[in-house]
Amino acid sequence: MNFRFPLLCMLSFFTCISCAQDKNPVNTNHDYELVVPELKIPWGFAFLPDGSMLINEKDGTMIHFKDGKKTTIEGVPEVYNRGQGGLLDLVLHPDYKENGWLYFTYASSEGEGNGGNTALMRAKLDGNKLISKELLYKATPNTTKGQHFGSRIVFDNDGYLFFTIGERGDRDVNPQDITRDGGKVYKLNDDGSISQGNPFFNDPNAKKAIYTYGNRNIQGMAVHPTTGEIWTHEHGPRGGDEINILKAGANYGWPVISYGINYSGTKFTDKSAQEGMEQPLHYWDPSIAPSGMAFISSDHYPGWKGNLLVGSLKFEYLDKIVLKDGKVVKEERLLDGLGRVRTVNEGPDGYIYVGIENLGIVKLLPKKQ
Amino acid sequence: MVPIILMFLSLVSCNGSNPKQDPMFQKSIERGAIVYEDFCMQCHLADGEGVPKAFPPLNNSDYLKNKRIESIKAIKFGMSGEITVNGQKYNTPMAPLGLTDEEVADVMNYITNAWDNRNSKMTTADEVSKIQP
Repeated sequence: MNFRFPLLCMLSFFTCISCAQDKNPVNTNHDYELVVPELKIPWGFAFLPDGSMLINEKDGTMIHFKDGKKTTIEGVPEVYNRGQGGLLDLVLHPDYKENGWLYFTYASSEGEGNGGNTALMRAKLDGNKLISKELLYKATPNTTKGQHFGSRIVFDNDGYLFFTIGERGDRDVNPQDITRDGGKVYKLNDDGSISQGNPFFNDPNAKKAIYTYGNRNIQGMAVHPTTGEIWTHEHGPRGGDEINILKAGANYGWPVISYGINYSGTKFTDKSAQEGMEQPLHYWDPSIAPSGMAFISSDHYPGWKGNLLVGSLKFEYLDKIVLKDGKVVKEERLLDGLGRVRTVNEGPDGYIYVGIENLGIVKLLPKKQ
Repeated sequence: MVPIILMFLSLVSCNGSNPKQDPMFQKSIERGAIVYEDFCMQCHLADGEGVPKAFPPLNNSDYLKNKRIESIKAIKFGMSGEITVNGQKYNTPMAPLGLTDEEVADVMNYITNAWDNRNSKMTTADEVSKIQP
């Protein structure tokens, strides 16, 4: 793909002009290679032990990519492909080699009522077919709203599964109510059961799987490589996208406190802080529309170890974030202007892989000296 | 004065139904406003002006005004490939939204009557159902 680079640089230049409100400078000290071509919306992907990849396309297609060839996986449950809903994130169990479990989230119409809501399933791969499917969680109620399904999945270092569900476009009803789904992060054991250590386990009316609440729509989540903390970012309203570090039982304030305003420009809250609600580690104004999140933990990229990477759907770049003493001190644009960045993962080989809409999956490379 | 206004209104409505006078049309526009907020506004924005080079405007859009079938098709099935709107080229694909035929009709009625746009020809679910990709 190198021959396209001058053109891309030019494109980046024009993109910059058109997005003058986002001040992050372009970093050109990197290269890339397109490893999986021709994908539409690669919402989630994971590497199998043999180095091949499983890729979730939002439209409901799960793809096995091996030796340059795509095979469609059979047995994927029916997906409610509406608005932002579809086939979403995909991760392997930390002991995948032993137990073969893979986990994925999707928008599902299962259950009562018209519409859909976010579901978490685990299954095993038998050839090109999903078997042993277990629905571990299905949020209620179904709604025909098109927004805010979440959803990302991670395993923490103790083997607990965390996943997110957005507030499903019901801002004033769901996020602050722990008896309802939506606008939450959930914590489960790997078999879908709920740990007694969950923060609301003893609250009789609460959804016991809830780990945090007051979230809007989390589409990025990653385990910090040295501290083991779970970092998330979430789509805010206009000017209110946030980065947060998860704390058990914490309330992240949506929609009571926010740094953003309605898309229409009107305000819905005067408050950006309140007792008992968490302040973000960082917020983006203008909003970048963040999706996908990964830390660089390998030594492949000189000087970048420990940096945080976040995809920008809106401005079409990979945001490289330098952190110091728990604060964001610098942001730069990588892969600028290639397309809407949906997913970011560090592969087992320590390289960064980035899912870009209407392009495919690219491998981020250090600049050849 | 009243007869003159009535005459004026009837003249306007000659061309089809005036949304303000037709309760069905008006209701469809109201439902369409909710669909718009839910599915469209993040890219095309609250004022329908879109984003330069990325998302085309809907307000005062020659494409929406002149390409009725193509517009309905885009809302119903999504869209990819280059289009020209008000002399500017756009090439950002629009993913399929998963709307029902009625919702497609409602949002079409809304966007063609919102902001500065005026359109007296109501889009119906029946019309949408006949449009193929």
